[in-house]
Amino acid sequence: MAESGESGGEYAVELVGITKRFPGVVANDDINLRVRRGEVHALCGENGAGKSTLMKILYGMQHPDEGVIRVNGAEVHFRSPADAIKAGIGMVHQHFMLADNFTVAENVLLGAEAEHGIGAAARARIAELAGVVGLRTEPGLLVEQLGVADRQRVEIVKVLYRGARTVILDEPTAVLVPQEVDELFDTLRGMREEGYTFLFISHKLDEVRAIADTITVIRRGTSVGTADPRTITSRELAEMMVGSELPDPGSRESTVTDREVLRVEGLSLAGEEGRRPPLSDVDLVVHAGEVLGIAGVEGNGQTELVETIMGMRHASSGRVVLGGKDISRASTLERREAGIGYVPEDRTRHGLLASQPLWANRILGYQTRPPVARGGPFGLLDLPAARRDTERIVAEFDVRTPDVDVPAAALSGGNQQKLVVGRELSGSPVLLIASHPTRGVDVGAQAGIWEELRTARAAGLAVLLISADLDELIGLSDSIAVILRGQLVATADPSTVKPEQLGAAMTGADDAHASEPAGASGGAA
Amino acid sequence: MTRLRTVLLPPALAVLFAALLCAVALLISGDNPLTALAVMVTQVGAGTTAVDIVNSAAIYYIAALAVAIGFQMKLFNIGIEGQYRLAACVAAIVGGALVLPPVVHTIVILLVGALVGAAWAGIAAVLKAYRGVSEVISTIMLNFVATGLIAFLISTDAYGVLRGNNISTQPIEPSGQVPGIPFGAAGTVFGLLFLAAGLGVAYWFLLNRTRFGFDLKASGESPTAAAAGGVNSRRMVIIALLLSGAVAGLVGLPELLGRDFAYTLTSPTGYGFTGIAIALLGRNNPVGIALGALLWAFLDKSALALDNVGVPREIVLIMQGSIVLSVVVAYEIVRRYELAAEQRLVAAQLRARSEEPEAVGSGGRP
Repeated sequence: MAESGESGGEYAVELVGITKRFPGVVANDDINLRVRRGEVHALCGENGAGKSTLMKILYGMQHPDEGVIRVNGAEVHFRSPADAIKAGIGMVHQHFMLADNFTVAENVLLGAEAEHGIGAAARARIAELAGVVGLRTEPGLLVEQLGVADRQRVEIVKVLYRGARTVILDEPTAVLVPQEVDELFDTLRGMREEGYTFLFISHKLDEVRAIADTITVIRRGTSVGTADPRTITSRELAEMMVGSELPDPGSRESTVTDREVLRVEGLSLAGEEGRRPPLSDVDLVVHAGEVLGIAGVEGNGQTELVETIMGMRHASSGRVVLGGKDISRASTLERREAGIGYVPEDRTRHGLLASQPLWANRILGYQTRPPVARGGPFGLLDLPAARRDTERIVAEFDVRTPDVDVPAAALSGGNQQKLVVGRELSGSPVLLIASHPTRGVDVGAQAGIWEELRTARAAGLAVLLISADLDELIGLSDSIAVILRGQLVATADPSTVKPEQLGAAMTGADDAHASEPAGASGGAA
Repeated sequence: MTRLRTVLLPPALAVLFAALLCAVALLISGDNPLTALAVMVTQVGAGTTAVDIVNSAAIYYIAALAVAIGFQMKLFNIGIEGQYRLAACVAAIVGGALVLPPVVHTIVILLVGALVGAAWAGIAAVLKAYRGVSEVISTIMLNFVATGLIAFLISTDAYGVLRGNNISTQPIEPSGQVPGIPFGAAGTVFGLLFLAAGLGVAYWFLLNRTRFGFDLKASGESPTAAAAGGVNSRRMVIIALLLSGAVAGLVGLPELLGRDFAYTLTSPTGYGFTGIAIALLGRNNPVGIALGALLWAFLDKSALALDNVGVPREIVLIMQGSIVLSVVVAYEIVRRYELAAEQRLVAAQLRARSEEPEAVGSGGRP
């Protein structure tokens, strides 16, 4: 930490002419990025534009084919993250890498025992850094007892403890509610004053404008320029990222009918021994042409709710009725055949077969139905038809791919998601369950997916939408229910509700202390 | 064409590497590798060797298919050995006891073999599906149980009869036997060779053209995605292992119905483990497995001639072992090489595209 005053150019990190080629559709092509010491530098761009790749290169996880990395003016070659850490660069991943059953202090020390040992010196250093980062919990507390915001701070302490002066934050606000975002930003500003440098990756444009000193925009693998957050509007920024006029999110009219499509009554899911049940007594109704949004901090039962409705988990009590038919006991396949489309929250785990070609992925979930299956006693598949229909999805949903024979893993996240959404809207579903349908998806693909959802809704589709993106929820939903600790605790009218109000309901701040972290376990009765 | 290269290159490399390794081993021990190779190749034309190779290959092929069915779902059925031996034993007992018209008699014996194989594998399937017991462990254990069970079944206390120095089951009447294709002095090819070929075709069809095959591959690739796609993983585990066991149950029948007509204490063993090696070598592909089975049989049968020129025939075991090891390595090397080649290709495509970015960018939207 004594090196902060070291000279060597005004830039903490410089990436010059970085090029990286992949077997997918996206590469880094001649990217330039200059981060001044002591600033918060935002990196914006479509997902699949190459942000993650660029950060992995900077963090030593991947090696550039061409280009130069300079840290404090000196050229460096990182062979692994360990090299990057030595050079004072740390990364906080979007998905936290913490051991739940370890304490805060143990998590920080794990793998960094050589820094200050594991005794009093280490404890003192952790306490000091916790002060810097604004982590107010006891270092002896188990990580599983912490909320999301505190876990994030533990991650930041972790990288600082390893000597980082430049911290890469990969979509740090994706898991936070608005109040927590504000707190995080206060912390970042304070740390900036102490000379820390931040590389802030996000595609939430308002947040980027609120926190960044400089913005670099990446589009299709190359840097299109930098912007001053004080003068640029979100809309201009988005247009820089997408490279075209954005569709207007405002204009829409209600298409809600009074025809019930999905009715869930008293749905409960038994928890593990001694744990609070993940779902208790959930009631909800979705009508044809209606989008019902479920708002909630992650880990409050959204995943369980969706997977129970899909039949992947078995409810301990309650009923699921689809179009007047009780499907509580039906298998996942039967539910799909009854007309449920399912966009899972984790497309790589639940939505796609990574090494199989796109046309084989078209079959997944539709093994028994035309156009991809002929049926019959042998359950014959219709491969030519599967290929044709995949080509249709690729064209209609603007999936960018050389052809339908490439493995799904070769596509960028946004294009994978468009393929999944396209597939799940095929075969005229009556209900679509969309879990975070635009997570990790670029602005262009996001607008496209929203448009497809609206079109399908106008045609009478019922949609159950789960999202952590409050703007998306408010923008798409006809009504919103808030889920907290496995229960639906509140409803809101998206035409009047403000994100801050939803955030309060999501954390249970209405009936508890205002700053109580949301992800905290069910200890609070 | 790159696909073809990906498929063919690794086994070719592996065989070449294994041959080199053996050549080195022979040179060290003071023998001439070229002589050994020449002797092995000329041996194919001698006596019944050619027919023996085809017959062995047919048996290996069935065993490898049984393994490959499990591999498709990342299930490792090591119990082919126990399944085929028990199935052959019970099929021999039932076939020897029954008096039925021709064809019907044969079909009954085949069915009994398949059913016994499936039932034996079914124990492991149920343990896996309902109790989470690793099929690797349970099938290995069941191999030992099968050995004991067979010893009991063919003892004179149970169904065995003493013939000379050997204990065997009651011989199957000619009505149950499957006539071979005679080649005079060159020997007789098993009639059930066609069963092996038919199983290969059925395997290919099942895997690539049916919902079951899709479900199987999907479960193997990603159990979570398969579950979300409506595949019942528990059911797939059971069906896959039952099917693998049923095919395994047929492994011993070409010899039983084409040559031995009874199951004896000295009936051949080890086909199940050979099948695992060949399934690996053939990468679970029906044609690849056929080639692998032929290669394996060639090595086995031609090795007999090595003794004549004073070369230890165990060199063939070294060869077989190193083929299996190096094929696994070779697949990985070629895969990486192909990936790099694909990267260059896509990069070139991207560059070509970026020269006309507007046409691509707005292509999908009118």
